[in-house]
Formats: sequence, C-alpha cells, structure tokens
Amino acid sequence: MNFGLQLQGLRKSYGGQLVVDDTTLTVPPGKFLCFLGPSGSGKTTLLRLIAGLEAPTGGRIFLNERDLTDTPAHERNFAMVFQALALFPFLTVADNIGYALRLRRATRGDRLARVRELLALIQLPEIGTRRIDQLSGGQRQRVAIARALAQEPVLFLLDEPFSALDARLRDQMQSELLMLQRKLKITTILVTHDQREAMGLADSIVVLANGRVQQIGAPSDIYRRPANRFVAGFVGQNNLLEGRFIDSQHVEVCGTVIRAAAKAEPCTPRSPVTLCVRPEDVRVNPDDARNANLLHGRIRLVRDLGDRIELKIDCGGRELLSSLSPADWALIPGRESVRVQIAPGAGTILTC
Amino acid sequence: MLRSAALLTWPALALLALVVLPLLLLIRISLAPPDPDGLWTSGVVFDAYRNLAEPAWFATLVYSLCIAVLVAAIGLVLGFPLTLLITRMRRPHQVTWLVLLLATLTLSDVLIAFSWQVMLSKRIGLSQMLVWLRLMPQVDSLTPSVGAVIASIVYLVMPFTMLTLYPSLSAMPTEQLEAARMLGASPRVVFQTVVIPLNRAAALTAFAVSALLALGTYVCPIVLGRPQNWTMAVIISNAALAGHNVPLAAAMSLALVAAALVLIAAAFFGARHRWR
Repeated sequence: MNFGLQLQGLRKSYGGQLVVDDTTLTVPPGKFLCFLGPSGSGKTTLLRLIAGLEAPTGGRIFLNERDLTDTPAHERNFAMVFQALALFPFLTVADNIGYALRLRRATRGDRLARVRELLALIQLPEIGTRRIDQLSGGQRQRVAIARALAQEPVLFLLDEPFSALDARLRDQMQSELLMLQRKLKITTILVTHDQREAMGLADSIVVLANGRVQQIGAPSDIYRRPANRFVAGFVGQNNLLEGRFIDSQHVEVCGTVIRAAAKAEPCTPRSPVTLCVRPEDVRVNPDDARNANLLHGRIRLVRDLGDRIELKIDCGGRELLSSLSPADWALIPGRESVRVQIAPGAGTILTC
Repeated sequence: MLRSAALLTWPALALLALVVLPLLLLIRISLAPPDPDGLWTSGVVFDAYRNLAEPAWFATLVYSLCIAVLVAAIGLVLGFPLTLLITRMRRPHQVTWLVLLLATLTLSDVLIAFSWQVMLSKRIGLSQMLVWLRLMPQVDSLTPSVGAVIASIVYLVMPFTMLTLYPSLSAMPTEQLEAARMLGASPRVVFQTVVIPLNRAAALTAFAVSALLALGTYVCPIVLGRPQNWTMAVIISNAALAGHNVPLAAAMSLALVAAALVLIAAAFFGARHRWR
C-alpha cells in the first residue's frame, strides 16, 4: 500500500515567531504538489522542514509510514533544486550530475552510463565536459534537475527554481518539468509565489499565508471555489462583493438577489457575506438575460490585453472587473451604459 | 586622459621605489667585494655566490623552506576549520573573534618568542600540564627545540592565515553546502568535497602568505631553537652583523627571494588543480 508523504501538525518557530503553524497534509505517491503563497507565508520553510534542512519545533514527518522527523537530510534520499540552483562551479556538468552517484560509490562505468542517460533526458547530451559558467540559464536549470534526479530520489523538492528565468524560458522549463515528472512518476513538491505556475503544474495546490494552510485542493477547486478571502484575492483576479446572506445559494448585492454556488456551511440569514466572482463570470449585455443576477453599470476603463478585453464597470458605486473575448467585446453596442450579469451559480459565498 | 595617466603612474613609481630599486641595490651589493670595516667596496666579484654553493648553506635553505611549508600547513589545518567555525557564528561573535585576531598582531615577535619561552619552561607552563595529563614522565623544559620553534611561528602566522581565509569562507554560498547534503553527503564529506574546493584559491593564498612570513622569521628560532634549528633569516643576519660580510648576506637574501618565488609558484600551480 502506498502512503506517500505525511505531515502531522508540523510547526517551526524562530525566536518565538511562528513561521509554520500546525501543518497537516498528505502527498500521495507520484503526485505533483505546489506550495503557493506570498513572501513570508512559510512555504520555503515548510519545504526545508520536509527536506531535513531545518528541524521542526513540533510535529512529525512520515514517508510511507516511516518517521523521518529526526533523519538527517543526507540520509532521506530526497532531491532538491534550489532557487539559486547551487551547482558546483569547480566541477564539470558530468561531475555535477554524477556527484551523488560518486558518494554512493557507484562504479565509474555505472556513473558514466547514468550521467549519459540523464543528459539525454534533459536533452543536452553534448554538454558533459563543459564547466558550469559555460552554460546558459536554461541549461543550468536542466543540469540542476538532472543532478537532483541522479540518485533516483523518493521525493523531488523544488524551491522556486524558475524565478530567475525570463517569461518565455520559464514557460518552456515548466512544460519540460511537468513532462519529466509525468514520465518518472516521482512525488514532487514545488514552492512558488506564481499562481499561474502552480495552476499549470500541480495536481494539487496548498495555499499558504502567515505560516498556515489556507486551502488544499485541485487547481480548479482553488480557482473556482476559494475557501476564504485570502485565497480568493491571491489566486487570480477576483471581484469581492460585500452583500447579505439570504440562503445557501442566494446573496443580496446592491439590492439585487444573486444566485451563487451552493454554500455547504450554514450561515445566519441577513448576516454580512462576501460574494466572490471571477472576471470571466461577469458578462456584459448577455443575449439570454432573463433578468437573473442582473446589474446595471457604466464602463469606466477598457484594457485590450490581446487575447482578452478587460473592463472595469461601475455598478452603483461598486467596481466590477469583467474579462471578455475580443469577439464578445465586438458585439457590444454603445459600450458605455451596459447590463451586467453575474453568471448564475458561478459566484462563491464567503463568510466575512 | 592626462589625469588617468597620472593616476596610473603613481603605483608604477611606488613599485619602482619600493621593490625594483631595493632589489637592484641588493643585486649590486651581492656582487661587491666585502669590506670588514664598512659595508662593501667598489668592484665586481662573485665570491658571495661561490659561498652559496656550500652544502651546509644549501641544507639551511632547504631546512628553512621545510619549516615554512610545515608551519603554513599546520596553520592551514588549524586555521581553516577555526575560521569556518567563526563564519558560522552570529555577527557580534564574529566581530569579537576578528578583533581578538587583529589584537594579536599588535604583539611584537620578541614579546611572543619570550612568552613562548616562559610557557614552555620547566618551572611553569605546558610541561607541568603534560605531566599532570600523564603525557610526560617528568617536568622538563621544552625549549630549545624545533617543536618550540614551529609552535611559536605557527602562533605568529595563524592570524594572517585566518584573516586571509575569512572573506572567502564568510561569502561561501550555503545553498551549495545544502545541495551537497541533499545529494547524500554527510557533514564531513560536504567539508571535503564542497567547502575545500570552493575555498581552494583562498586556502592556497593563505598557505603562501603564511609560508612567506614563516620564511622570514628571525626572533623565534634564535630564542626558542638550537643553532641547528636556525633558519635562513638568522643565518643572513649573522653574516651581515657578526661576520661583517654584507655582500654574502645580500646574495643569501636573493637566494631566499628566489626560493620564496618558487614556493609561491608551487602554491598557485596547486590552485589550478581541480577535485575530480
């Protein structure tokens, strides 16, 4: 039976300041998990606790039911790619990749064969003899990944490895990492503050803030059904509308009753709540508007982002952000005074 | 343009005045006939260099080089981990250690040599402690001896070794050490395979600096050693002051400079070697 990685009530504090607070989660074997959060949210510390580079103040770490909390980092057989990559400048590419195998006393033949295999895997078969300072940023990234994978680790950890790359190379490296992870089926945890990176890579995202887990879920759940205002505000763009709770599926906003997604937790009628609506769920002058979820507003700002048109609409003193396709935007006449519809059932009700 | 040329000229002039001219003067004196009543006389002779061919003198040069290399090696073996330890401390503790190291530089060679003599004497100091620890059968003076000479010179050069290593060790990226740990290296293996190669250049510079300093020490061998433990600096001094043969002292000094250059070249050749 596969149990994967389990964190139980993990805590870390520095001089009385809690950096990671009571974190409990499970990473199933072979899955790709992302720790997503702003600077200072404790995501890197949590990764370092898992790696064994920091000792926890409390809680336990298990891998396949084996307690690793007190196991030193070098005995865990976890691999890690650091933000600064930390390649050894005094070794060639091949020696960097073969470092872990050398420590494990692999024969020269086995080591060279594995290095060749990994260089082929990262699609750089010719660079084994080069020095690290002779490589481009993308090549260094790939070599760091190959070096980490050489020891066939049971867990692959990456600490914001793409943050120093330009946007195009970052996209390319993300795709390559995902393909590699799918191919090797290795349990992977990536730390990032980039929600786009997390959404595009992870099977599951852990959103962190102030050292606490805010939400754990599939990317679509995190995006579509944020658990609280922090997640709603941090992951993607969002309209957060103050309103009054009516029932588990309805909220009153600006005097209009809005039908939202069903809320599981009970709430007192007329209590203040926040309706969270994604910009793409804010429609402008819809054809089939049957007066449901309908507001009236004036367009205050239009931004052409190429593939999307972003509108800022003033609805009775509340600003709504809408995102339309260029084709939909072309169909809107007048473009000043508009009807705005919040897609029925799309919004999420958050308790204040 | 003129200003930049002037700015570049003054270091060249300083180099000329402080290095090249004294060296030329030394070469000139080494070729002059000695004058027992003065320093040297006019004329050109090669007597001083003929004296250098004597096996006894050559043995002293080799002995001095061996002492210098041994002192530099001991200084590095002790100083490297100690400096690493200091760089891992919190900032205020690091500053305290650096101030202490710098403070030892204010002590003169003479004071240090006589302090060691007291410390290694029969009546007080190390000897009694060694007897108490049952490492020595009975209390005895540890001077004069080659061990005392080496220990005192190590003490003299250690601050230089550590201060040369400190910038490199304190700027060492910790991520590379952590990366090695994640790849399966124990702390000892991290030290051997990452810390040392990352600081190889600084270590060899520290080695060269300490060896050169050790090569020039004068007081410690006289105070703490027997005549057979005397180094080149003592022999040169004796030739000039006691033997009144300044040209011979100049020739021996030039030979010592040549030996020092060989030592530096060997250290920097070693710096190019990589861990595989």
